[in-house]
Amino acid sequence: MFDAGPTRKPLVEVRGLKMHFPIMAGVLRRRIGAVKAVDGVSFDILEGETLGLVGESGCGKSTCGRAILRLYDITEGTIRINGHDIARASHAELRKLRPTMQMVFQDPQASLNPRMTVAKIIAEPLDEHTTLTRREKMQRVHELMDAVGLSRDFANRFPHEFSGGQRQRIGIARALALNPKFIVCDEPIAALDVSIQAQVVNLLEDLQDQFGLTYLFISHDLSMVRHIADRVAVMYLGKVVELAPREALYSAPLHPYTQALLSAVPEPDPSVRSTTERIILQGDVPSPANPPEGCNFSTRCPRVMEICRRQEPEFREAAAGHFVACHLCTPQSETTAGATAATAVPKSVQQGE
Amino acid sequence: MLNYTIRRLMFTVPVLLFISFIIFLLLDLAPNDPTGNLPMTIPPEVRQQIRESLGLDQPIWVRYLLWCKQFFINEPLNIIEQWFGIQIGDGDRLRVRSWATRSPVVDLIVERMPQTLWVVGMSYVVGIIIAIPIGVISAYRQYSWFDQAGTFISMVGFSVPTFFTGVLMIVVFSVWLGWFPSIYDTTLVVEDWSSFVQQVRQMAMPVFVLALFNAAQISRFMRASMLDNLNQDYVRTARAKGLKEKTVLLVHVLRNSLIPVVTVIALNVPQVFGGAIITEQVFKVNGLGQLLIIGIQGADIPLVQTLTFIFAVLIVLFNLIADILYGILDPRIRYD
Repeated sequence: MFDAGPTRKPLVEVRGLKMHFPIMAGVLRRRIGAVKAVDGVSFDILEGETLGLVGESGCGKSTCGRAILRLYDITEGTIRINGHDIARASHAELRKLRPTMQMVFQDPQASLNPRMTVAKIIAEPLDEHTTLTRREKMQRVHELMDAVGLSRDFANRFPHEFSGGQRQRIGIARALALNPKFIVCDEPIAALDVSIQAQVVNLLEDLQDQFGLTYLFISHDLSMVRHIADRVAVMYLGKVVELAPREALYSAPLHPYTQALLSAVPEPDPSVRSTTERIILQGDVPSPANPPEGCNFSTRCPRVMEICRRQEPEFREAAAGHFVACHLCTPQSETTAGATAATAVPKSVQQGE
Repeated sequence: MLNYTIRRLMFTVPVLLFISFIIFLLLDLAPNDPTGNLPMTIPPEVRQQIRESLGLDQPIWVRYLLWCKQFFINEPLNIIEQWFGIQIGDGDRLRVRSWATRSPVVDLIVERMPQTLWVVGMSYVVGIIIAIPIGVISAYRQYSWFDQAGTFISMVGFSVPTFFTGVLMIVVFSVWLGWFPSIYDTTLVVEDWSSFVQQVRQMAMPVFVLALFNAAQISRFMRASMLDNLNQDYVRTARAKGLKEKTVLLVHVLRNSLIPVVTVIALNVPQVFGGAIITEQVFKVNGLGQLLIIGIQGADIPLVQTLTFIFAVLIVLFNLIADILYGILDPRIRYD
């Protein structure tokens, strides 16, 4: 998948995406600032691939996923999905584009209308976007239930009568109803038991092979992302700090944040565990309403330099297909920085594995 | 659900008996005297005789059991006789009689029920019809000028008492403008268009005064419930499905938001039967509210006892209806 990249065409192109939520306060509810949940994110997702989007809670992963599907009105940037401009489409145009892009939500309980039966939930997009007869719709609902491994007998049950894993299957069937090309999976397994997580992830992979789907897989579970994703993007405080093919990212992370994040993954092998060094970050994530000047990570970075506090690092290609936004990896920066970057790479290999 | 309803109904029997006893005790403890409104010239011995003729010299448990017999046995038998035109036994039963008018209390209630149901019931319906769209729009456009205005009007409707708004309306619309009559005429018979218009005109003001009060309450519930649901994940799912905004709002959000509102509406229905004591007084509507206040003033214990007990029955019944409605509307609620 590393070298397959350039030959396939991108299905989703995101450029400079910003999603700022206004903060209103005072008697007249005037705008006093903005929460910069997503602050200038750019990436492509190739047709048929899975892009993993990881980061800690509150870094803007989910917002990013929702903004790409225009479930929010974005502040800035362009989004093209399958050649259509999503960022500036009107609501009416957007409704027509919805069938190509769908979403699987994090909370399978809350994201299903409690007063609708499974059949109604799955068939509702069909009512809206197709002219199938009642019989054909029922047929399609049954096909979808088969595809996600739900018994057809459950069609007339309500969501609360299912277990978490089954509910997530309903959510997936619903997303598949209109034959989408692109699905944003917004932490689809976070609310599930570990034993069920694997089932759902395997189901998503099977469906990808079957229907040629493209996924944006949002998760904070690094080992799960490693399992499912072809390429991985790491977010920190509203920005993508590193984007690389899976193996490159997990074996040789370049950004200090990615290194810290990967060092936190539990190592099942005890002999290896004793040798791995855990990087513990100090302090808290700064408020996205008031991000630090320069690099967003400069307040917590273990290898922070003077330039980091002044100048925002550029998101550039450090190796083939391996993008990173860090002054440590910028060749033309000061010589000291270059020297640190050179030593950083072998060190991070040891930390990653 | 059926088992649940039957079980609940069975429980209501002891509850209601207990309530009836409490009402009886309270009325007995109250320091009022049925002869108190009689002229001062009547000597105390005669007053005592009047009290004895009303049965007030009997011990309380005798009087209570007598009322129970009259209300739970004689009155239902009487209703059955009237409905089916049959005679059970010799037909000569002691009925619950008002001390003031000497006519059976049930007949008084039947006489006054239509006015109350028309005026207070209509105001409830109008209130709901006004409140639901206001609640929906206020929530959908939270903090807009519409929402602010709606909040302001709700607060006014809530906090300004009906004896003030009622009198204000009489001054403005009857005295100054002369659009509506200030007194409700019960003898008016609706038989043609002009008498129908007359009926509508005389109902307009009391209905509006009460509707404002009801709408204020229900629109707040509706708004809160809508706001609760608008932020739910399933609404985002509905949008992601590419549904029209109208469908998202009316099919997904509104239907789910109506569940608590419907139960609140059901719980308030007994108030309609209870009549609006103050508003009925202001507009001279001779409904149940007015009957109750007259009964209280005259220490007409059988009348007050019976009316209060009927309200208690309605409250218990509509509590049950609200619970059952909740079970029907929300598939997550199961009672069995």
